[in-house]
Parts: sequence; structure tokens; C-alpha cells
Amino acid sequence: MTNLSVNFCGVNFKNPVVSVSGTFNFGLEYGMYFDLNQLGGITVKGLTLKPRLGNPPPRIAETPCGILNSIGLQNPGVEAFLKNELPMIRKYNTNIIANIAGNTIEEYCEMAKILSESGVDLIEMNISCPNVKEGGVHFGTDPKMVAKITSKVKKYCKKPLIVKLSPNVSDIKAIAKAAEENGADALSLINTILGMRIDINTKRPILRNNVGGLSGPAIKPVAVRMVYEAKQSVSIPIIGMGGIMCGDDAVEFMLAGATLVGVGTASFINPTACVDVIDGIKKYMEKHNINDVNSLTGGVIAY
Amino acid sequence: MLKKAHITKLIKKEEIAKDTFDFYVEAPQIAKAASPGQFIHVKCGDGTFLRRPISICDTEGDILRFIFQIRGKGTAELAQKEVGDYIDILGPLGQGFKIKDKKAFLVGGGIGIYPLLMLAKKLKDPKIFLGFRTKDLVTLEEDFKKWGQVIISTDDGSYGRKGFSIDAVKEMIDECEIIYACGPIPMLKALKNLAEDRGIECQISLEQRMGCGVGACLSCVCKTVRGYDKICQRGPVFDSSEVIFDD
Repeated sequence: MTNLSVNFCGVNFKNPVVSVSGTFNFGLEYGMYFDLNQLGGITVKGLTLKPRLGNPPPRIAETPCGILNSIGLQNPGVEAFLKNELPMIRKYNTNIIANIAGNTIEEYCEMAKILSESGVDLIEMNISCPNVKEGGVHFGTDPKMVAKITSKVKKYCKKPLIVKLSPNVSDIKAIAKAAEENGADALSLINTILGMRIDINTKRPILRNNVGGLSGPAIKPVAVRMVYEAKQSVSIPIIGMGGIMCGDDAVEFMLAGATLVGVGTASFINPTACVDVIDGIKKYMEKHNINDVNSLTGGVIAY
Repeated sequence: MLKKAHITKLIKKEEIAKDTFDFYVEAPQIAKAASPGQFIHVKCGDGTFLRRPISICDTEGDILRFIFQIRGKGTAELAQKEVGDYIDILGPLGQGFKIKDKKAFLVGGGIGIYPLLMLAKKLKDPKIFLGFRTKDLVTLEEDFKKWGQVIISTDDGSYGRKGFSIDAVKEMIDECEIIYACGPIPMLKALKNLAEDRGIECQISLEQRMGCGVGACLSCVCKTVRGYDKICQRGPVFDSSEVIFDD
């Protein structure tokens, strides 16, 4: 009997697979392709205090083994989420992780407060969005800033607080440590890596925002390394993500130190990627006679 | 029933103009569910990461027909497929044309003519305006002639009328109660303005660089009176009155 269930910050996940914020909208689109009850959790589209228009198109560009995006956090705002979206996905027997982004620390606090009174299970604080002018990644690249925002938001956050880290930093360990020491219950990483593509015929960037965040298999080795490094410096659990396309990729992240794994960009190519990853993890466990998925976490035998 | 990606078989392939390929695939579920103006999201091969959105040209029984032009790596890879090969297709996707019982003008420019064929079949004696850059690119004339009066324009006058389709449309506009269109943005913008001046309905099909194709990633948006709408989910066909064209 294989155990896939995971306790993450006191919340029971039926398996370690969650959707990644910004790749899954509010869940219902992919609910047409598979039963959402199968998921460990759904991380919903990044929310802001007020509705946000997002960036002008084009917002996506293909790269070798990945994509660049610059959506710019288009979302209906936290109140509309609670009124229109949450009741729809709350019907499913899966954990809901709300992802929040703000222009100011006060906005993050306000959202944490509002969402703490709601039916979401966990809150993921996005201090790593590369596609917005204010806030976003600005909060996530300096350990002092990470410490400040985490400690303030933690005061208002009555749900487990996950801090989502940016890979666009020189020392992920210092950032991870700053989050942990200031009250983060968990970390998620990595967000996208800042990148750019230029159309050589028009000499114009392909993205209207000029630059955007790189995701997909192209960033997987970077993500695995960062999860591994973060795990070395903190004892709080980690959601690992960045280019996971199949079960074997997910196992790699778990061995590096992830307790949960996020499936993001893969869904764009394969709408059932999330459940295929769950099946893949199960197959790996059966093949290697592993009974408990939790035994994978941090299991890398490093040199 | 849950939706899924379909593994379809290529049964007929023809290069109908330079770098323009006409594909027929066996795709019973897609063919039966498709309506004019919807699109499919195609996995071109292993060399490209994302799927590519391509409009549905026509269906007949279990057969789905789509036509595409080589524009980049993905479409170049797709063009390499041979009869008997399998193609992974998601669809039908999006909201197509809303068919009204009115005297219809169909206006297509370049590769924008292809989604109009299935629509032409469903309408009563439409006037069909097809615009191309030059004679060598003129395609599907015979297919369209079965369903209505076809007026072809070429930019250089090498075939049909000289100039843009919009000029021909303007000359006959008194006979028009509704416009259905797909093509380059300047053409759609001109049609939107014309329709607003005349107080007639105009449905336009838009395109944009796309990610998931199902409304989850918010990549392929266009500006509308509501903000940014997802082309893959709310479109690709919009009422022209709700679309805002920036410069």
C-alpha cells in the first residue's frame, strides 16, 4: 500500500501535487479535463486587493523548452475572488491555496487579513512576480525586505503562510532564512526567471512588456538546485516547482527537499499534466518499493 | 464527460499555395462538436514547446480540415507531418460565430479566409469577400463558390479586383445586414468602423500569441470594453462593438 498523503503545515494533502499559481486560473478550466478532487491542492491565480487589468499583449513567447510570460497579475481582485470564484472551487475536496501580491506591505497585510477569514486553506505570499512595476519581486530580492514583509504579514495571517521566493537573487539561502526567521510556515520556489526574446526581423521584443518570466523545463535544473539549497538552510517545508512535466521530475524536486510539488506550465501543453504527475510519482514509488511518499523529501544522497 | 486531447490521424495533405498546407485528419469527436469560428490547439512536434492555435476550416463526418501557413518553427514542424502520421489536437476550443438569419457578408483576408468556409456552408447565399496579397496566394475559391457569391481582391491586382476587400464591401454595403470577418487587424478595424457607421452587426475573429488555449493562463488577451478578455475562451470571435483597437 503506497501512501501519497502529506501533512504540510498541519494541513492534510491527499498527495503532494498542487497546481501552480498563474497557470491554473481558478481551477474550473482544467476541471473540464480532469476531476479536480484528485489534486493535493489548487493554487489559484495571483490576487491583488483591487482588480488588476494586467499587461498589454503579447504576453507570451516561446523559448527552447519553455515560455516567457508577462501577464502582469490580471485578476478580478480579492473580493470578487471570494464572492465568485472560491464558492465554485470550494466544492471540490482539495486544498485551496490563495496567492497574494501587493504594491505595498499594507496591501499584503490587508489581503492576508481578509483571506484569513475565508474558506481558503493556506496563503501563498508572492514576493517574486517579475512582471509588475511596483511591489512584486521588489519585496523578494533583499533578505531585509523579505524579513520585514514576512513579519508584518504574519501578524494578520491566520492560515499557514507560504512565502514564494524569486530565483532572481544571488543567495537563495539568505532569503529563505529571512522568511523562516520572520514567521513563514513554508516556502515555495521557484517563481520565474527574468528573461527576454527579440524578434530579429522587427528588432522588437516579442513581449509587449519587453521582459518576462521564464518557466518550463528550461528552468528545472535551476529550480532543483535552489530547492536543494533552500532546504539546507531552513527547516520549514517547501513546495518545489519549476519545469515539472512528469512524475520523475516531481520526484527529483522531492529528493532535493520539496514536501509538495507544483505543476505549472506543463498544463498548457498537457491539460491533464497535474494528474499525470501524480500517477508518475506512484509508478516511481512502486518501481522502487517505496511505501511512503514522505520518505522522498530531502532524500538526495549528495556528494 | 471530461474533455481530452485527441490523437488524430493525418489522412490527406496538400500544399495549396507556397508554404500553405491543407490538412485533413480523422477526428470524430472534434469534427462532431465543432462549430464555425472555433479553433484547435495543435502539438506540432517535439521541437516546439507550446501548442499552436489553428482555426477550424471545415468538417465532414469524422474528418476535420484545417489550413495553416508556415510562420515559424511550430508550423514548419507541423508541415513535415505526412499522411498516416498522428497529430495531438485539443479542441474544438473557444466561441465561434453566432449565426444569424440575416443577409451576410463574409470578409476574409489572407489566412483569415479559412475559418469562414464552414460558416459559409451554414448561411443562405452569403456574399464572400476574399482578399489576398497576390494571385499566387489565392486559395479555396472553388470551395467558397459552392456556398455563395465570391468576390476576390488582390493587393496588386494580379487576380480579381485590385485593392482591398474592404473597398468591395463598401460598394455593396447596402445589401449587407451582418458582417462576419477574419483577417489582418487593419481590415478588422476598418470593418468595425464601417459596421458602426451603418449600424449593422459585425463579428470578428481575433488572434494573439497563445498559451494554454483553454482560458487558464491569461496570455492571449485582447482589449475590450470589459478590460482584457481571453481570446481562447471568450473569443476568438467577438462582436466588433466590444473590441478596442489600440494603435
